[in-house]
Amino acid sequence: MSALAALVEAGALAAAHQPFPCVAVDVATWEQAIDGLVAGETTLLSVWGDIGRVRMALLGPDSPAIAVLSLECPDGRYPSIARLHPPAIRLERALRDLFGLEPAGLPDARPWLDHGRWDDGAQSPAASYPFLPVEGEALHQIPVGPVHAGIIEPGHFRFTCDGETVVRLEQRLGYTHKGVDRLLAGAPLAQAVRLAARVSGDSTVAYSWGFARAVEAALGIAPPPRAVWLRAVMAELERLANHLGDVGGVCNDAAFALMLAHCAVLRERVLRTSATCFGHRLMMDRIVPGGVTVDLDGAGLTALATMTAEIRRRFPPLVKLYDDLASLQDRTVTTGRVSAALVAQFGAGGYVGRASGRDFDARRVPGYAPYDALSFEVPVLQEGDVNARIWIRIREIDQSLSVLDQLLRGLPTGPVRVPVEDIRTGPTEALSLTEAFRGDLLVWVQLDAGRVARCHLRDASWFQWPLLEAAIEGNIVADFPICNKSFNCSYSGHDL
Amino acid sequence: MLNHLLQGLRRPLTEKPPPADPELAALAATLDAAAQRRLGRSLSIRAVDAGSCNGCELEIHALNNAFHDLDRFGLRFVASPRHADVLLVTGPVTKNMREALERTWRATPDPKWVVAVGDCGADGGVFAGSYAVVGGVSAVVPVDLVIRGCPPTPVQLLQGLLSLLGG
Repeated sequence: MSALAALVEAGALAAAHQPFPCVAVDVATWEQAIDGLVAGETTLLSVWGDIGRVRMALLGPDSPAIAVLSLECPDGRYPSIARLHPPAIRLERALRDLFGLEPAGLPDARPWLDHGRWDDGAQSPAASYPFLPVEGEALHQIPVGPVHAGIIEPGHFRFTCDGETVVRLEQRLGYTHKGVDRLLAGAPLAQAVRLAARVSGDSTVAYSWGFARAVEAALGIAPPPRAVWLRAVMAELERLANHLGDVGGVCNDAAFALMLAHCAVLRERVLRTSATCFGHRLMMDRIVPGGVTVDLDGAGLTALATMTAEIRRRFPPLVKLYDDLASLQDRTVTTGRVSAALVAQFGAGGYVGRASGRDFDARRVPGYAPYDALSFEVPVLQEGDVNARIWIRIREIDQSLSVLDQLLRGLPTGPVRVPVEDIRTGPTEALSLTEAFRGDLLVWVQLDAGRVARCHLRDASWFQWPLLEAAIEGNIVADFPICNKSFNCSYSGHDL
Repeated sequence: MLNHLLQGLRRPLTEKPPPADPELAALAATLDAAAQRRLGRSLSIRAVDAGSCNGCELEIHALNNAFHDLDRFGLRFVASPRHADVLLVTGPVTKNMREALERTWRATPDPKWVVAVGDCGADGGVFAGSYAVVGGVSAVVPVDLVIRGCPPTPVQLLQGLLSLLGG
């Protein structure tokens, strides 16, 4: 029996949780689960909670692929996971900020998302956050942000440097915290869908899809086959647009603007095709529980064929250019390395994980329709540097084009939406794992009488941001932008 | 590399605005005149994300691509508020970003304009009413223009900047 199956066996099965088991556990089993994480038998997918209850989702090596453990903590205290397993540190700090749950033994007691600004009466000064102490001769610090020089999201980076070399980067996030958890609690389904689509704009399709799949699982609704396939068309368009933008963006951060100019043209083609096909450049609010809001017509099909042909014609010469340019490779090869061990420990998904040997893609495991009917490769590299993260994207662009071809060839006919009615009585829960362009996105919902009682959204960035701190160590300050862009973590998706 | 550069010499990398966008051509003519009247040929824009979902930033980025090529209108993005004429502010203004926005605004020399971008920048959008957001840019700094949309398209963004200049 696998470690995860043993944990499920030890708890009391909660019936209304789809499609993965959710079990109520005691403190001993909770601790046993933490031991399993430390031993690497399972991977932490998320930690979230409610008043008086904390949950963790775990990924196992076989069956069940995923399980949720739920621990009652009426006094608001529970044994900290982060005490032994560092990937949980920020999640537990956030959980304490938002729900007042105290993780006993949490090694980092500082607030995370709470900057002392939510209560309009009492404002704590900006400087009150204690950064980790540094000691040593000739060290100097560079504070950056929250307002950055580029057109990017806000966050604070505190570099400690020895000359040009970064000896430590400490991130401070939370600037874009909008209170999504609270807004979702009690929201009618229609409003919740719009909120989920606006957690991270670059992944709006993935968020909408993940949310829709969780709601459909909770309510026992099957969306029409054509809708499922159209969702995948949107998801691959989103992946293409983001990867094209990133390949150009990373090269631009190495001062090679030509690549950005070319890639931005291709990205724009994808956005315009998306608008032609689905009526919105980012395809926001197109996926809803029960199906999709817009069908693909003949003009859309033609636009898609033109777009894939153009990318196939124009992207390979750009890849060759990247590969042939020694001065560019000099900036990306061996820069910003992340070890395979760290990636495995943090369960980092997406190109960050796959560039460091972690062979994981939610489209395959646990897998979801229509990807089970499609053939595609999941590229994995071992080097873990900026170059590897670029190459993962390059190869995923190829794969997305192939997946799009398959989707359009096999697109089922029929309706694209079924009505969603909450016919269940009493609360029902579900969890979905969706592969966004950035990595696996976890959505957990608890529905009650047509409303969202609670919803937890865990962006892939939660387990990637901390690795950026590791990646930059020993690199020069000037290589931070290129490392950062090669990660392209979400601020808004993380800050919620 | 040489091939790519030679290709660039033979055929400009910056493509003409596609015919599907007649609005753009019209914009170019008017915007140019207005920008010249007020600010010569230069209008420097500093983008400030005050807690957006990043959707608006993606479309602001698209203003710089070869299709929209913001530079040809005399509009450009700058890295510091001290160099800016316009603050382009996105997001519902989270309480955690409020002070940073105020300080950015104070760092921008007069005369200056503030453009609130997106439905969130206008009034908080779907996040209005949350304990963690102020709810709209105008609640924190004076706003001269609102460009709505979720997110606004690059063409809408251009139209907005134009109406600021013409107003």
